[in-house]
Amino acid sequence: MKIGKNLFPILSLILILMAGVSLTLGKYPVAFPDMVRFFLYKVFNIGYVATEAYQFLGSLFIDIRLPRILAAALIGASLSVSGAAFQAMFVNPLVSPSLLGVLAGASFGAALGMVFSKSWHAVQVLTFTFGFVAVLISIGIARMHKGNTILLLVLGGVISGALFTSLLSIVKYIADPYNQLPAITQWLMGGLSLVDGKILLATGIPQIAGIVLIALFSGYLNALSMGDEEARALGIHVEWIRMLLIFLATLMSALTVVLAGMIGWVGLIIPHVARMLVGPDNKVLIPVCALIGAIYLIIVDDVSRMLFTVEIPIGITTSLIGIPFFAVILRKAKKGWN
Amino acid sequence: MELKPLIKVEGMSFGYTQKIVLNDVNLAIAEGEIVTLLGPNGCGKSTLLKLMLGLLRPVRGSIFFNGEDILHVSPKFLAKEIAYVPQTHRSSFPYAVMDVVLMGRIPHKTFFFRYSKTDMRVAHDALERLSILHLANRAYTEISGGERQLTLIARALAQGAKTFIMDEPASGLDYGNQLRLLDQIIKLSREGYTFIKSTHSPEHALWIADRAIMIKNGAIVSDGECDDVINGESLFRLYNARVNVLRLNGSLRVCVPETICGCQELAKSPWMSLDMTPPEDMMESKREVCSLQKGPK
Repeated sequence: MKIGKNLFPILSLILILMAGVSLTLGKYPVAFPDMVRFFLYKVFNIGYVATEAYQFLGSLFIDIRLPRILAAALIGASLSVSGAAFQAMFVNPLVSPSLLGVLAGASFGAALGMVFSKSWHAVQVLTFTFGFVAVLISIGIARMHKGNTILLLVLGGVISGALFTSLLSIVKYIADPYNQLPAITQWLMGGLSLVDGKILLATGIPQIAGIVLIALFSGYLNALSMGDEEARALGIHVEWIRMLLIFLATLMSALTVVLAGMIGWVGLIIPHVARMLVGPDNKVLIPVCALIGAIYLIIVDDVSRMLFTVEIPIGITTSLIGIPFFAVILRKAKKGWN
Repeated sequence: MELKPLIKVEGMSFGYTQKIVLNDVNLAIAEGEIVTLLGPNGCGKSTLLKLMLGLLRPVRGSIFFNGEDILHVSPKFLAKEIAYVPQTHRSSFPYAVMDVVLMGRIPHKTFFFRYSKTDMRVAHDALERLSILHLANRAYTEISGGERQLTLIARALAQGAKTFIMDEPASGLDYGNQLRLLDQIIKLSREGYTFIKSTHSPEHALWIADRAIMIKNGAIVSDGECDDVINGESLFRLYNARVNVLRLNGSLRVCVPETICGCQELAKSPWMSLDMTPPEDMMESKREVCSLQKGPK
């Protein structure tokens, strides 16, 4: 596809540019040339930056802004790619990565950690674990019955999601209303302010691996999106491939919650935008989704940081931007849906 | 000459928890045959097709392809031998026709594949063979039902399988497309492809199939040469509808309902004996239909 081929370099360039511009934005704005000078000096040892400015800019860029921007890009890419994968394998362009309850489970895990543990690491581990537990429960419920696997998985996801939403309410109810409850509530709205280099590294590698693997499996996604029977008749071990893809998507989605709490709508909307640009062929769509998702979340995070003096939780911004956007897309994309 | 059966179903039963769908089915299909499954709605035709594709597991008995139990071979191996042409459907995603046909190459690929030049050529050839190359870049969701059916057949061709299992391929197609579909099936059958298809139109069986299998309430009620099996009596037993199977001048047969709005007399008398010379253009169209018939092998 023609557009697809030209689109990759263009999108990569936009991504790098957006990341660069975002480094200059914030409470302490830095002029773009100053930033370029800093990085030229830091990376290639070209030019000169005064020691004092060097230290200040170093801590500003490298310690504070860069992890945050990289996290935004990773989360955007992960959610978009898992969303696109879910939409193809559940043969429904309206599903999102939260379909099997991973976000509900992860939220419950996070809240549980915040109430019963002092350690932030414990919170992260619980978040990740319960994201997986929720998906396993969905699959377990689907496995208990015979019949249309896709439909059963969706229903399993509804049940599991509802279960963990209720459990989350219990945790909120028993949480200390002065410190814990606001912390939980704010975490569930999503935010990138707690990201640091260490957690970024720990979650980034599996997320990138997940994106790459799903991209490599994208040819199978096309066949899966024609329905189970056809996919199987095309020689695919439907159950295995689907479980593997669900595992990867769950891994990636759960890690986004570990990094930045609940960020909704990205996994639903970005695949649609990408599909409008390059068509539904997953071999092109998946990498394009990763790039557009990364760009989108970097921009949304900038908006969250800059719009008011107080930072708005990014989950709220993605929803506020996403919902009207979705309403518009719904009209445009309806043609190819029936 | 006795042919070695390509597909063999032995004492096979299938059912869901409470309901038996197919009971003790035995049949053997030889290479190159066109086999048509006939039967009322819900009789188990589609289920039998899905079982032969390995999409469902028999409760009892087994199904063999070339002597091997299809449950013991990999889906990939089976996909290279048997292609599934589902009922014309709409995809949820507007894939290009070419992308749909390329899916047929998946059984020939390993993990993490990219389509090669050969795959592209095979897909291209398949489209060309069915004269739908001009659709290659159109969205699968936006072409007509007949074109979608041809796309799915092109995908089956690209798959490289020599046996096609088709679930009511003519349903949802307009009259012209139905005839063109039958034409394609005959053409491919002459090249050695085997067809197992279900249909709701006994005429389609009479026109192109070698063999008809009638299924009712999950059991095979008759199985044999179309001309022997399909007659007024068997159709009445199968569909509970009174139909006359009439022979036209040549060997072509048509089904005429016995009673429709009081036209009983007209339908009952053999068409040819009516005191009426068919007009010239009707003769023309008759020849056209006759050309659909399968020539001697």
